[in-house]
Amino acid sequence: MTELIVRNLHVSIEGKEILKGLNLTLPKGEVHAIMGPNGTGKSTLAYTLMGHPAYEVTEGEILFKDQNVLELEPNERSILGIFLAFQYPVGIPGVTVANFIRSAINARRRALNPQDKGIQLLEFRKQVKEKMELLQMDPAFAGRYLNDGFSGGEKKRAEILQMAMLKPEIAILDETDSGLDIDALKIVSEGVNTLKGPDLGVLVITHYQRILNYIKPDVVHVMMDGRIVESGGSELALHLEEHGYEWIREKVNGLG
Amino acid sequence: MIENTQVIINKSKSRSENKDFNFSKDQIRITSSEVINSYRDKAWESFSKTFIPTIKDDPWRRTDLRMLKVDRFELATSNDSTKKDTIPSNLLKPLADGEHGGQILISGNDVRSYLDPALEGQGVIFTDLLTAELKYPQLVEKIIGKIVEPSEGKFAAMTGALAQNGVFLYVPKNITIESPLHSLIWGSTIDFANTTHVMVYLEGGASVTYVHEVASDTETNGQSLQSSNIEMYVGPGSSLRFVELQSWGRHVWNFTHERVNVDRNGSVDWIFGAIGGHLTKNFAELNLIADGASGKMSGFYFTDQDQHLDYDSQQNHLAPHTTSDLLFKGALVEKSRSVWQGMIYVAPGADKTDGYQANRNLLLSRDARADSIPGLEILADDVRCTHGATVGKIDADQIFYLMARGIPRLEAERLIVEGFFDPIMQRIPFEGVRERFQQSITDKMKAYTG
Repeated sequence: MTELIVRNLHVSIEGKEILKGLNLTLPKGEVHAIMGPNGTGKSTLAYTLMGHPAYEVTEGEILFKDQNVLELEPNERSILGIFLAFQYPVGIPGVTVANFIRSAINARRRALNPQDKGIQLLEFRKQVKEKMELLQMDPAFAGRYLNDGFSGGEKKRAEILQMAMLKPEIAILDETDSGLDIDALKIVSEGVNTLKGPDLGVLVITHYQRILNYIKPDVVHVMMDGRIVESGGSELALHLEEHGYEWIREKVNGLG
Repeated sequence: MIENTQVIINKSKSRSENKDFNFSKDQIRITSSEVINSYRDKAWESFSKTFIPTIKDDPWRRTDLRMLKVDRFELATSNDSTKKDTIPSNLLKPLADGEHGGQILISGNDVRSYLDPALEGQGVIFTDLLTAELKYPQLVEKIIGKIVEPSEGKFAAMTGALAQNGVFLYVPKNITIESPLHSLIWGSTIDFANTTHVMVYLEGGASVTYVHEVASDTETNGQSLQSSNIEMYVGPGSSLRFVELQSWGRHVWNFTHERVNVDRNGSVDWIFGAIGGHLTKNFAELNLIADGASGKMSGFYFTDQDQHLDYDSQQNHLAPHTTSDLLFKGALVEKSRSVWQGMIYVAPGADKTDGYQANRNLLLSRDARADSIPGLEILADDVRCTHGATVGKIDADQIFYLMARGIPRLEAERLIVEGFFDPIMQRIPFEGVRERFQQSITDKMKAYTG
């Protein structure tokens, strides 16, 4: 089983139910987009997939590679191959980008082989340099404290840099387009496109259609009130851009 | 990081019975120098007149000595079982790039010292206190009791009168010592009191880096006492880099009075690292005594279990155009406790001074506690002084972020703690010293399980 499966997912935060029976299947090798108005639970889905402790799953399941993802700690989910590019990456003063990514790579290697001695420094430097060039990042960036005083664009690039270095199988991009100007959006999207392939499933969570001009989705889902209410091809995104969400709301209410 | 400034004041408790040390005046070592002898007599007078401090005494309000079994202690003598061969080899490794310019190892009565003959030829003296008293009394006279006075407290007086050993460093005019000097005092036996007197004297235009380290194993079922005075003088235009590393065993009660007087255009770069001991009370003072003097104080501490660490720091601007910069950072786990009380004092007329002090604490356990109390007393008009004190916890979102990248929780915490200390590490010029600190972080985080 190489797809991420979300079944009847109910999630509450501080006692308030946000996700109300969400279903989603994301096969590797595909790009899916989740669109929807603000406050419909898109970011809740992202955090829940990654295992944020504040989000309480009351019902349903998440499966990936024959594993019950809900039983795993966030670090175990990461090692299983799930990656979340955060909408709001947290600053870690005193820890450099390079040191952090190296720790993450080594944690991964040790999880697979407890005897592992960690990635060779030269090899690591080579890889970081290569990925940073891809994302048009200044080499000095690797020596800066992680997300500490980064601009919005730098934070998002740092997220994609981590994704490139950690090579996940499922990548969730939570509003990666927010706060980016068009040039930065292009660079970040190109970065994601280079990483795309048969071994990577991508879930692009976004409020706007804009990013989907650069990262072409195979499937577009519309989320409303904690559920996926409509799915279609990439033309659905364009339709939403033109007509807004109201017609879907009416359709859903009509059905309900 | 969530940061809260908190100031917690203990309720006063009544003075316990006045137990005292069982030392006698005939334990004072007599030297050929009248100056040294009379200094020690005076110190003895202070010692015998003062009581063990209690929490009613202002600087001791947060550090309680009632559990210290003062009447059990003997002065460490040849009976002291500490042996030189117990010094762990990792403590003898050079702390800086290349070799030491000199090294003194003091373990009980065993003293080994080495000084680069080239430095010796230039008139540099780096030796243990007993040798200094014998061979260079006139130089010892220049500083002993001039910087730290015995009347400053019970322990300052005790060390002044009874110092069993110590280190004496003298750097003549215009001598620059490239390779760092290192001294190590090793060992702390149960029921023994150890007193150490360290003196550093730099004539004008001199420059040296000196790493002074104190350490011991941990012994169980008992207490040991360490008391030291550190007196330093930095002459006009001289620069001293002084690194202190404290990793006493968990049975050690540790008291230090230390002060540096920095003369015209002199500078001191003073680095403190403390990870050991059961209880520590440290008075550290920077005196900028003449125009253009400057000093930097950088502190690193990491406490665990029931360790108690209490620092009093004082930055005294006694002349115009003086600069001070203090940054102390500490992490605390389990039930440990730290106190930092700092004061910047600017004397009347000490205009155009610039003083800074900051203390940052990271609490990793619910039961740990840090008190952070900054203070300013400014009696001049044209000055710039700033301070900050924080006590914070690790942010849960930082942990989640690191875990989301595959890093296990404890390792995530360790990374955050290392990051927290990074600004202090940046102030430490030696890879060896930084590694020593990094190792202590790793060790303490390993023992701590959340």
